[in-house]
Amino acid sequence: MAQQSVEMILVRQLASYLFVPVIVVDTTGTAVFYNEPAERILGVRFEETGRIGPEEADRLIELSDDPAAGPDDAGRRPMLTALQQRRPVHARRWLLRRGDRVRLQVELTAFPVIDQEDRLLGAVAMFWER
Amino acid sequence: MKVTPYGVRGSLAAPGPATARYGGNTSCVRVTGPDGAVLVLDAGTGIRSLALELPPGLSRVDVLLTHLHMDHIIGLGFFGPLYNPGMEVHIWGPASATLSLEARLRRYLAPPLFPVLLRDVPCRLELHHTGRGRFSIGAFRVRAARICHPGPTMGYRIETDQGSLAYLPDHEPALGARRFPIDAEWTSGFDLAQKVDLLLHDAQYTREEYPRYVGWGHSTMHDALAFARMAGVKHLVPFHHDPGRDDAALEAAIGAAVADMDPDFPVTPAAEGRTFDLP
Repeated sequence: MAQQSVEMILVRQLASYLFVPVIVVDTTGTAVFYNEPAERILGVRFEETGRIGPEEADRLIELSDDPAAGPDDAGRRPMLTALQQRRPVHARRWLLRRGDRVRLQVELTAFPVIDQEDRLLGAVAMFWER
Repeated sequence: MKVTPYGVRGSLAAPGPATARYGGNTSCVRVTGPDGAVLVLDAGTGIRSLALELPPGLSRVDVLLTHLHMDHIIGLGFFGPLYNPGMEVHIWGPASATLSLEARLRRYLAPPLFPVLLRDVPCRLELHHTGRGRFSIGAFRVRAARICHPGPTMGYRIETDQGSLAYLPDHEPALGARRFPIDAEWTSGFDLAQKVDLLLHDAQYTREEYPRYVGWGHSTMHDALAFARMAGVKHLVPFHHDPGRDDAALEAAIGAAVADMDPDFPVTPAAEGRTFDLP
């Protein structure tokens, strides 16, 4: 596995110290790290799963505006927007943890990680439980 | 490829009899290629004497700056080839998010800090922004990457057909790590150092000193050894010695770290004038 950039390494280090759930994804949308608080909302442990691809993430959680409705379509997914449009997104969502069908109401902030050479390296999502 | 330090001290020059064995000049290393081409790594106070020993007839020299902290550029204004109209000088180094390399260097090489303007030096001067990636300088194949140190900071891997060198003089890969090292993918500088013949790496602090300096961008001797072990290097050269550590204290501290870590590769503290032949 190639070494991550120093910016992503430092993002991971910071995330590992925070109380709020944080998921760090690379440019393909693969979660390359999530911290201990995020393990609770995902229902899995990073030590056990390692990186999680977008499809696997979809099998773990679902985000939606309305608990009675279906999941967000791709165009409304905050992390995807942060990556594809290189801009921050803040949204309120219902998060369904598929493993035990528990629903959490969260706000989430997603933002791209861009280095000093204006190169997109990945994105970060922080979850604020309400 | 020959690698010769002309300055091994970190942060501040520390001349005097107590540091005479390893030297008191700040970071500067000469790398001589098989064809006689010369790379200069960083422009600390050691660069003045390095310039005095350049071979006559040399028409080009390349200076690779890791970053622009003063101990790494303070000698630049005293680098003889800058004042030689027959010399071609290439300076490579990082820009910042808002300033070019030239604009950043001009902050030092201009009044009131220095009397000569960068644009007025008589040599043929070319500046190159070093981003992450690979480039070649003659027979030298250079790979550059950002590494963990405050402000834009590069580490370099330099290869020729004869050998490989990694130069990470200011580097704190253990910053924020609960355990160090965890794994290669998440370790700053790993790709640059992996399996090199010679690694010049920051080893400014002892483990006991480090808690007072977390985040300042430097490594402990133990972390330098652990990093070298993980990267599978063939020879570690602890570098960027603390200016407050005299020769005896330096040998004692590095000796203790080596005894504790028991590396399976040689460890030779950087000293001015001690040349390493690669391979």
